[in-house]
Amino acid sequence: MANRKMLTLAVNDTVRNVDVATNETLLETLRRVGAVEVKCGCEKGDCGACAVLLDGMAVDSCLTLTHTVGARAITTIKGLGNAEAPHPIQTAFAERGAAQCGYCTPGMIIATQSMLNNDTDTPDEADIRQALSGNLCRCTGYTKIYDAVLESAKVMRDTAAAGEMESVK
Amino acid sequence: MYADFDLLIPEGLNQALGMIAKSKADTDIAPLGGGTNLVVEMRARGKAAATLLSVGQIADLRGIEIADGRVTMGAATTVSDILRHPRMPDVGSALFESAGVFAGQMVRNTATVAGNICCGSPAADLVPPLLALGASVTLQSQRGERTVPLDKYFTGYKTSVRKPDELLTAISWPVPAGKSASRFYKLGRRKGDAITMVGVSVFIEMAGGVCTTVRIALGAVGPCVMRAGKAEAVLLGKAPTAELIEKAASVAEGECAPIDDIRASGAYRKQQVQVLVRRLLNQTIESLS
Repeated sequence: MANRKMLTLAVNDTVRNVDVATNETLLETLRRVGAVEVKCGCEKGDCGACAVLLDGMAVDSCLTLTHTVGARAITTIKGLGNAEAPHPIQTAFAERGAAQCGYCTPGMIIATQSMLNNDTDTPDEADIRQALSGNLCRCTGYTKIYDAVLESAKVMRDTAAAGEMESVK
Repeated sequence: MYADFDLLIPEGLNQALGMIAKSKADTDIAPLGGGTNLVVEMRARGKAAATLLSVGQIADLRGIEIADGRVTMGAATTVSDILRHPRMPDVGSALFESAGVFAGQMVRNTATVAGNICCGSPAADLVPPLLALGASVTLQSQRGERTVPLDKYFTGYKTSVRKPDELLTAISWPVPAGKSASRFYKLGRRKGDAITMVGVSVFIEMAGGVCTTVRIALGAVGPCVMRAGKAEAVLLGKAPTAELIEKAASVAEGECAPIDDIRASGAYRKQQVQVLVRRLLNQTIESLS
């Protein structure tokens, strides 16, 4: 039988106490508490629409039981940026036409950030194809998404390099 | 979630072994790794074991160690951990190749090595390379610990020698020595995010121009992932000529017993076993000459 327990979850730097059943997935919990920017797609780990970062690493929230999250920090697309202060990946997706219907976009951007965090900050197309292999897009044909990821990785490297130059001065 | 179950989250291995100790059947309590397979299965069937025992978070069970001539991976090591290990291309190249074509990034970041083995799917992608590398698994319970060669682990479709009170805690294989190489190939509908139609892995060690070790493993062409022992025997102790490689490939085709399913017909799978065994043997032997 499923049990319920109060959990303390850190969602986008806001700590919440949530009553969660043992058989609830993180996708269900997040959408229940209003984080509807996390999208529900296939619920099988195929489409990647529900991806969130746990301590900076992307997981499918539809396959993650909320009780197993523990103390890891949860980041949704809203935790990366918004319309007023967009994240460089969001800017690149908008400028390169990488979002059409937009349903896959939160997951695409989360998977991109995870690749930049954990695998490489100088991705080539093969790296990007591998990193986004669990994200399905039915609109774009992927080309513009790969362009946006390449562009945003470059922007983020240039920004980091400029920051280092600034601190040397 | 449609399935109803309780979930236990032990802090360490001893606590986990205590929790599973009284279990008499897989329906009482089932170990949960990353959940990338089990959660999907529970949702599809609407039922689960009464209790799931989460082991993915146990830190002591995660990591890859290379010591005393063996590579040892903890049960909770993820597929991404394999891909990110700097020495994996040298000490387990077939496994590295398979991790690279395993599902998608989010699943790789969560799915554990033990989960891929314990789910017992004949299409499990990590199992053919681990068989080719000559891996063994460690099974632990409060009664003690035992090591089982992976080719003796599976007993049939989704069945194994693991007792209900045991946890699979580690997987290890000898660091490939001498002149040796291994390869893996996954035949799927797409390059990413696909379930395997046929998976083939080979390991060859050569000395003095002859094959001194030959292991050929086949996935998704029988009730469980299998070794093609008769095909291996064709090459063992021989110089690998084109004729012998051809013969080994057709013997491997005869050894497997694939079914027709939604992904491919049995006849197509059999034909592809021959093609892929021949191709991987050629590539592996070429890389050694």
